[in-house]
Amino acid sequence: MLLARVTGTLVSTQKHSKLEGAKLLIVQPLTLEETPRGGELLAVDGVGAGVGEKVLIVLEGRSASDAIGQKAAPVDAAIVGIVDTVDLPS
Amino acid sequence: MQLGKVVGTVVLNNRNETLHGVTLLLVQPISSSREAVGRVIVAADSVGAGVGEHVFFVRGKEASFPFYPTEVPADAGIVGIVDSWHVG
Repeated sequence: MLLARVTGTLVSTQKHSKLEGAKLLIVQPLTLEETPRGGELLAVDGVGAGVGEKVLIVLEGRSASDAIGQKAAPVDAAIVGIVDTVDLPS
Repeated sequence: MQLGKVVGTVVLNNRNETLHGVTLLLVQPISSSREAVGRVIVAADSVGAGVGEHVFFVRGKEASFPFYPTEVPADAGIVGIVDSWHVG
């Protein structure tokens, strides 16, 4: 799993039937220092996240599919939690 | 998933039997600011996308799920056509 920031929303009418009703968000994966890590991704939202929030994403098909309550949906990334705090004792 | 723009098509003559009838499109991955990101890939299409359209695609085994029960040997698949997106 990765920490990421929700940066945008996406609208798609014509999509695979298993994605009907799924909310798609643009996310930017982050390092622990909150700097961007790699490129942007699209993730299905399983928790009701909004733009600007820091979230936890999974980058694996089965887990992402489970996050939106589907079996074998063609997705590879999902938001599974909204992050309150990250504590990294030095 | 990633955003992309369909930039072309690929036609196979001598193909793996399970790829029969599968449309293959050339997709340039893009950022939300519409800049090209990385190299063009070939993706299987299951939503009827066309050249010039913005789409989103999955990578990995999940690319073959839309063709179930056929086990299509694809590692990238277009799963939606994008109407619009909004950042910020």
